[in-house]
Amino acid sequence: MDKKTALHDKHVDLGGRMESFAGYIMPIKYTSVKEEHNAVRSGVGIFDLSHMGEFRVKGKDASKFLDYLLTNDSEVELGKAYYSAMCYPDGGIVDDLIVYRIANDEYLIIVNASNIEKDWAWVNNHTAGYSIDLTNESDETALIAIQGPDAEKVTQKLTDEKLSEIGYYAHASGVFAGKKALIARTGYTGEDGFEIYIKFEDAEAVWDAIMEAGEEFGIKPVGLGARDTLRLEVGYLLYGNDMDHTTTPMEARLGWVVKLKTDKEFIGREVMARQKEEKPARYIVGLEVLGKGFPRQGAELFEGNRKVGVVTSGSLAPALGHGVCLAFIEKGFHKKGTELEAEVRGKRISVKTVKLPFYKDGSRK
Amino acid sequence: MSNIPEGLRYTETHEWIKDLGNGEYMMGLTFYAQEQMGEIVMVEFPGIQDFTSGDILGTLEAVKTAEDFYAPFNCKVARVNDGLEDEPALINESSYEKGWLIVVKTDDPSGFAGLKSAEEYSEFIGE
Repeated sequence: MDKKTALHDKHVDLGGRMESFAGYIMPIKYTSVKEEHNAVRSGVGIFDLSHMGEFRVKGKDASKFLDYLLTNDSEVELGKAYYSAMCYPDGGIVDDLIVYRIANDEYLIIVNASNIEKDWAWVNNHTAGYSIDLTNESDETALIAIQGPDAEKVTQKLTDEKLSEIGYYAHASGVFAGKKALIARTGYTGEDGFEIYIKFEDAEAVWDAIMEAGEEFGIKPVGLGARDTLRLEVGYLLYGNDMDHTTTPMEARLGWVVKLKTDKEFIGREVMARQKEEKPARYIVGLEVLGKGFPRQGAELFEGNRKVGVVTSGSLAPALGHGVCLAFIEKGFHKKGTELEAEVRGKRISVKTVKLPFYKDGSRK
Repeated sequence: MSNIPEGLRYTETHEWIKDLGNGEYMMGLTFYAQEQMGEIVMVEFPGIQDFTSGDILGTLEAVKTAEDFYAPFNCKVARVNDGLEDEPALINESSYEKGWLIVVKTDDPSGFAGLKSAEEYSEFIGE
């Protein structure tokens, strides 16, 4: 049985098309994916992301524990956040996540909805010897994102926190629309924007306040359909599509979140160090479709008769008007400007490897 | 209950066909099919002009899926709906009017006569 978020009734009232996603019943779209996508690129959109999971790590060894568990370095300033992978000893990715440093000895970890149970078990399996408290706050927490070039104007109307002082991947704990909230300048759209973490029971009031504050900017509710096209257009990876337990951060081009420059021990370090040295046998790359149509997840990629890769995410890029994909490509064929063919329903369509992001005009700070 | 206008003919691959007279027939995607497919984001029309019954006339790309549409009988392409280039979602919003796909020509009216009536199509999709 799928869970409902605190905002379920709001979505139904707004005419949202509700579908099962990662164990939750979520709005896929309200009007049209394209319209919602464009609203975020040109104005502002509001998203219910309450399906995402939240784990709190607190205690004197919190930093040390996360350093061992995650590939990225936990020693960021208070009020900052970092993106990281969490890996198995063989380097395969358990999940990708965002970590907010709340205090010296306190962090909030945001995990993918589809991985909440798996991650919770994995995290709990590694606590031995660390003085920490772990809590899974996923069911008590709601998450609303406000994204788009006008996001700051809307968000600022509802809080006294000085948003101009909160940089990208930073956050503040404060009051938002009269409720206790974590206000973070993070997102998954390539646009400027905020993610507001609040209590489950405050979600409806906060949603209404944002809709009202955003009215003068033409705010639109945005479903998971446009969330996917927005993230793909800026080349952000999606766990389950573009990476999973069979891929390593080096293959997924997430080497920048692996702290090999430090001498800290962490799960998977050995494999990642070796892969950095020897170079992975395949890479995630961005592909631009040269003609019409677009390959979807699972489409095979060829150079002549030789299979050299597979598409992991594919869609029409609404802001660009042509198809774009993320794909795993064999080393040697992954370099920028390589022309390949994707097989789509028995036909070949031409694609070219390009530098990410596909869409370069985002308002992200 | 789906929207299945009387007076049109229907195929098992969910195209509707309208007799325009003079051997011209307009085709589109049925309301039922567009609803099943979801939001259509791109339409690809044929590069060639002559088709045999069952040939792929073109492709509809939706957010989640893609489907071909087919020649209902032997025909030539007369014109395509250029408006869909900028607004493919017209197929969702107005499947029997502004969202038409293609007009084909044939000298042989028997192919059209052999297609499903509204009632038969309704039965076919189980409504």
